[in-house]
Amino acid sequence: MSVLVEKADLSLKYTAHFNDVKESLREDSADVLNAPRNKAFHDFVMQGIPTRKNENYKYTNLQPQFFPEYRFIHRREPAKVDLNAAFRCDVPQLDTHLAFIFNGWYYENNQQVGQLPKGVILESLEKMAHEKPELLAKYASLANTGDDPLVALNTAFAKDGYFLYVPKNTTIEKPIQLINFLQANQDAFVTQRNFIYVEEGADVKIISCDHTLNLNTYLNNSVTEVFVGANANFEYYTLQNQHNSTTSLNSLFIHQERDSKATTHYSSLHGGVIRNNLKFMLDGENAEANLYGMAFIDRKQHVDNFTQVIHAKPHCLSNQVYKNVLDDESTGAFAGRIHVVRDAQKTNAFQRNNNLLLTDKATMQTKPQLIIDADDVKCSHGATVGQIDEEALFYIRARGIEESKARLMMMNAFAHEVVQRISVEPLRDRIDELVDKRLKGEVARCHECAYNCEC
Amino acid sequence: MLSIKDLYVSVEGNEILKGINLEVKPGEIHAIMGPNGSGKSTLANVIAGKEEFEVTHGEVTYNGEDLLEMAPEDRAKAGLFLSFQYPVEIPGVPMVNFLKTAVNEHRKHRDEKELTAGEFLKFMREKMELVDLHAQLTNRSVNEGFSGGEKKKNEIFQMALLEPRLAILDETDSGLDIDALKTVAHGVNALRRPDNATIVVTHYQRLLEYIIPDYVHVLLGGKIVKSAGKELAFQLEEKGYDWIKQENGK
Repeated sequence: MSVLVEKADLSLKYTAHFNDVKESLREDSADVLNAPRNKAFHDFVMQGIPTRKNENYKYTNLQPQFFPEYRFIHRREPAKVDLNAAFRCDVPQLDTHLAFIFNGWYYENNQQVGQLPKGVILESLEKMAHEKPELLAKYASLANTGDDPLVALNTAFAKDGYFLYVPKNTTIEKPIQLINFLQANQDAFVTQRNFIYVEEGADVKIISCDHTLNLNTYLNNSVTEVFVGANANFEYYTLQNQHNSTTSLNSLFIHQERDSKATTHYSSLHGGVIRNNLKFMLDGENAEANLYGMAFIDRKQHVDNFTQVIHAKPHCLSNQVYKNVLDDESTGAFAGRIHVVRDAQKTNAFQRNNNLLLTDKATMQTKPQLIIDADDVKCSHGATVGQIDEEALFYIRARGIEESKARLMMMNAFAHEVVQRISVEPLRDRIDELVDKRLKGEVARCHECAYNCEC
Repeated sequence: MLSIKDLYVSVEGNEILKGINLEVKPGEIHAIMGPNGSGKSTLANVIAGKEEFEVTHGEVTYNGEDLLEMAPEDRAKAGLFLSFQYPVEIPGVPMVNFLKTAVNEHRKHRDEKELTAGEFLKFMREKMELVDLHAQLTNRSVNEGFSGGEKKKNEIFQMALLEPRLAILDETDSGLDIDALKTVAHGVNALRRPDNATIVVTHYQRLLEYIIPDYVHVLLGGKIVKSAGKELAFQLEEKGYDWIKQENGK
């Protein structure tokens, strides 16, 4: 069979599937989720499954990832075990409001959320779309289905995920921790849709952890829309720790109003193919956006971070630091776009991407892109791809520290800059430790689960 | 202690050292002097184990062992120390971690108990006084943002922590003002013991006013062309290297 026919077949396969399920997708879903479905699927078909021909996916061809015969999880399925009992996040000092998401669905039996401040809602998106549609008025307004096929496909299939609402001037002291589990009895295609609404003056930190619980092949396509009100603080930490047959596609959209601050922090420790799309819209003066990311990959793993920061108003600050350590035949990509629109004067926008290649076969693609339509701005970008500094390595060894340890020290040092941006101290310590384990080649398991899978 | 016999060394095909012979015994201080490009730093780095140098001929033994077969870290643990001419800045590696790891690697090698964080800090504070190194510097990354003088003091501080048996000071005096020079020399002298030895590699005689050598060797064109007592250093200071070059027909 020619490649062309296979590709056509692949798109047809998804179209046929959508046609099969489009009526049932509407069942149980509120209007707010159903309204954009058909147009979204049309947008997906028009753009196609991302290949290198799509400029935004130049370094990540997703055709092979869409090829397996997945089972689509369009209905809520009860978890086979009690996740509350199965999962122990073994970070003892990490005291969080804990909730599980199972195959993209908000777990119906969450018992560890604890006492949230008055007015805060952490719930199933499906449920809240029925009960509080007014809070979801902006649903699908940030995640434009015409711009990205993955967002389009997610919007077409979106059934559930988590919904978080933090009312005006409310500070949630403890971080909210969301554990995303993938576990199906066969290869599965998972869609997760999240919505976060942080009102003026509110303050919330989220820790999102991605785990696989068995060795099936998974494709997880998630979209999260975040609205950060004036003077609010939003922090989002994510830990990606899945096995090599997992494709993790994540799109996060953040809209910021004046004087707000938003920080995202991605730690990609393990996964087959990881693509993180981040789009920040700085839509009020004095807003600040911080985007941090680090990836440690080996074998044939692939990580692609794609960021866009739009400075739509004057006097905003954005800062991006991404670092990757690539071993074996792994491949990585970083594409970061800063767009300063006309009249967004006094913009400060910085971007840096540093990469460490541990072998000759590992490759890294890095592409900064600055579009500046204002004239009084300070912007910078920088990218490096290199090996471990041999001079420094010799210096360390000359003090009696063996080579493997010296290398480890240097790799940890390389990652340290990104690790230290984590404001939640026990999380920072734990990630530091996981990074160290990962770099040592040990399994950086970050949870004690009842499963002894090789994930 | 250290025995170098007919050592030839090349870098990328260029022969830098052309038949070096040197014997260093416990308790001795040797000065290796010579103009720029004579091979002084190459010799220091070959002894420390830098891999880009290719030994094409000759042998180096250290306490009877074949030094050239040993990895740099094993040489260090066996008591060899190189004070770098250009100490390397290593952003992200905290000084304290680096030093503690180094000290504990040495202790493990000697079958001694590793120091705890508390014990190490106490040990470190003691040694810091010796070279008058600012305490705040240990909170930084290795050599990061250190001035030239601080970097050199930091080398001697590391020497104090690791208590080597054979220390090689590669141009430790370069870039130091007179006060820093005295401090560094004081540190080196305070660390002297009858069973350890020092090789001072230097361009100028200046440092040798404070660290008195037993032997002075002149390295020229990759060979030791003259060896004598400390008076040779004063002769060189007075007359430069030209007369030796003439003596050797260069």
